[in-house]
Amino acid sequence: MRISTFWYCLKQGFINICRNIWFSLASVATISACIFLFCMFFSIMVNVQHVVKNVETTVGVTVFFDEGLSEEQIRAIGSVIGQRSEVSSMEFTSAQEAWDSFQQEYFEGMEDLADGFAEDNPLAGSASYQIFLKDISKQDEFVVYLENLDGVRRVNYSSSAAAGLTSFNTVIGILSGVIIGVLLAVSVFLISNTINVAAAFRRSENQIMRYIGATNYMIRAPFVVEGIIIGLLGAVIPLICMFFLYRQSIGYIEERFQILSGIFQFLPLGQIFPYMAATAMLLGLGIGFFASFFTIRKHLKV
Amino acid sequence: MIEISNVSKTYETGNKALRNVSITIEDGEFVFIIGRSGSGKTTLFKLLLKETEPTSGKIVVNDMNLGKMPRRYVPKYRRRLGVVFQDFRLLKDRNVYENVAFAQRVIGASTRRIRESVPAMLQMVGLSAKYKMFPQQLSGGEQQRVAIARALINRPEVLLADEPTGNLDSHNAIEIMKLLEEINQMGTTVVVVTHSQEIVDRMQKRVIVMERGCVVSDEKKGGYTHED
Ligand SMILES: Nc1ncnc2c1ncn2[C@@H]1O[C@H](COP(=O)(O)OP(=O)(O)OP(=O)(O)O)[C@@H](O)[C@H]1O
Ligand SMILES: [Mg+2]
Repeated sequence: MRISTFWYCLKQGFINICRNIWFSLASVATISACIFLFCMFFSIMVNVQHVVKNVETTVGVTVFFDEGLSEEQIRAIGSVIGQRSEVSSMEFTSAQEAWDSFQQEYFEGMEDLADGFAEDNPLAGSASYQIFLKDISKQDEFVVYLENLDGVRRVNYSSSAAAGLTSFNTVIGILSGVIIGVLLAVSVFLISNTINVAAAFRRSENQIMRYIGATNYMIRAPFVVEGIIIGLLGAVIPLICMFFLYRQSIGYIEERFQILSGIFQFLPLGQIFPYMAATAMLLGLGIGFFASFFTIRKHLKV
Repeated sequence: MIEISNVSKTYETGNKALRNVSITIEDGEFVFIIGRSGSGKTTLFKLLLKETEPTSGKIVVNDMNLGKMPRRYVPKYRRRLGVVFQDFRLLKDRNVYENVAFAQRVIGASTRRIRESVPAMLQMVGLSAKYKMFPQQLSGGEQQRVAIARALINRPEVLLADEPTGNLDSHNAIEIMKLLEEINQMGTTVVVVTHSQEIVDRMQKRVIVMERGCVVSDEKKGGYTHED
């Protein structure tokens, strides 16, 4: 296609939009709402996932074993645990290591005092495995499994807050999926209507174009351009909003809930915005293109 | 060359618009098609434009068999025909220049070609001075000239005119006919449907008379013989 033809179609697309500005604006507004919600859920989910990931890699399950088990026996149990599919990684801490780190922590500067225990490790029964899970939502089941293992004395694990977060994420995902789906359907319906009105405006022009020998692509182009512009506008507007809102909301949350600041590490906007923007633009483009393309195709069947 | 052989057209409504029509038009001819209302003249044009398909028979235009033409080739084929209608069918929101340029834009012509050919075409139809005017600021005759310029801008081999003077007074009608004759003399085949006895008698061209979907007479240098 020639550049001049491209500009011509672009111009005609804009003319379509201006001729029927209210319909076009309504379409843009619906897509904007749809994509804004998408961006919001996207940010929430990505952040929650980030927090969960943090928790998963820093908070693990610690297993202690019955006193009197030898290190070999403990390691054997460990290798059985290690074969479970939920396990992402595990670390063994022998009784000696536990004692060493205990000394460092509590007897700093008073090593002589600790030396008194040298031959008789007071933490003899404290060999342990620290286990990190792939998916923290499985933690509860996994702990039950561990507690029922022979030779396991105690299982230490943090509250299932992180697991709660994961299921929160699932709920958010489903909820947003439904809302976005409904808004998407409304957007497609509105764009389709807008294109129908534009096509009615251009009925005679399209007829003339056909006589002159314009290809179907050429006849469709202004409408598809119209759809794409509406779709892209519907993506750009919420992205601009997000760009400013994101920082503000994070600032607000961090200020309001300072207690959480230890666990809740928010992702900086720069890290998620490129993905969010790309997805949103593709979404807008896709809605605009397909809705207009299929609507106008229906019209041009002669 | 246009060869219409044994073509019949029955619309879905059961209307028999054409019955076994055969017409051959050579390159460079000027042909009038006359006949009372409903005799099938416009239907014939629609078949030539491949807007509808004949129920039976064969149409060959410039060695292309329309019945066997794939759909995607139709736009290319139509570029070799120019069409003019009684009601002009100009774009009301665009001026004279843009109406003519339109025909080139929509087939993807370059801006340079458009800038060269549109003024030349407007000069030919005598509208150079009014290129900025909008259709509703022009007389009927002038509007039809714009339509003719638009039909010719892509240099078609055949010009089909369906009652081009139907909305014009006799002076304007004769001016338009003179223009069509000029175009014909430059090599374009011209086929004109008309109801005007004055024009047919005056031009002394080939006349095909249709009646109820049949060709009832076909004379070289004919007059307006059928009674309306
Ligand atoms: N789309 C259509 N569907 C059904 N019947 C049609 C259609 N178009 C035309 N006809 C019928 O076909 C016949 C021929 O119509 P056509 O338009 O070809 O006549 P015409 O010679 O051009 O008439 P006029 O001089 O009034 O323009 C008429 O009886 C008309 O009613
Ligand atoms: Mg007619």
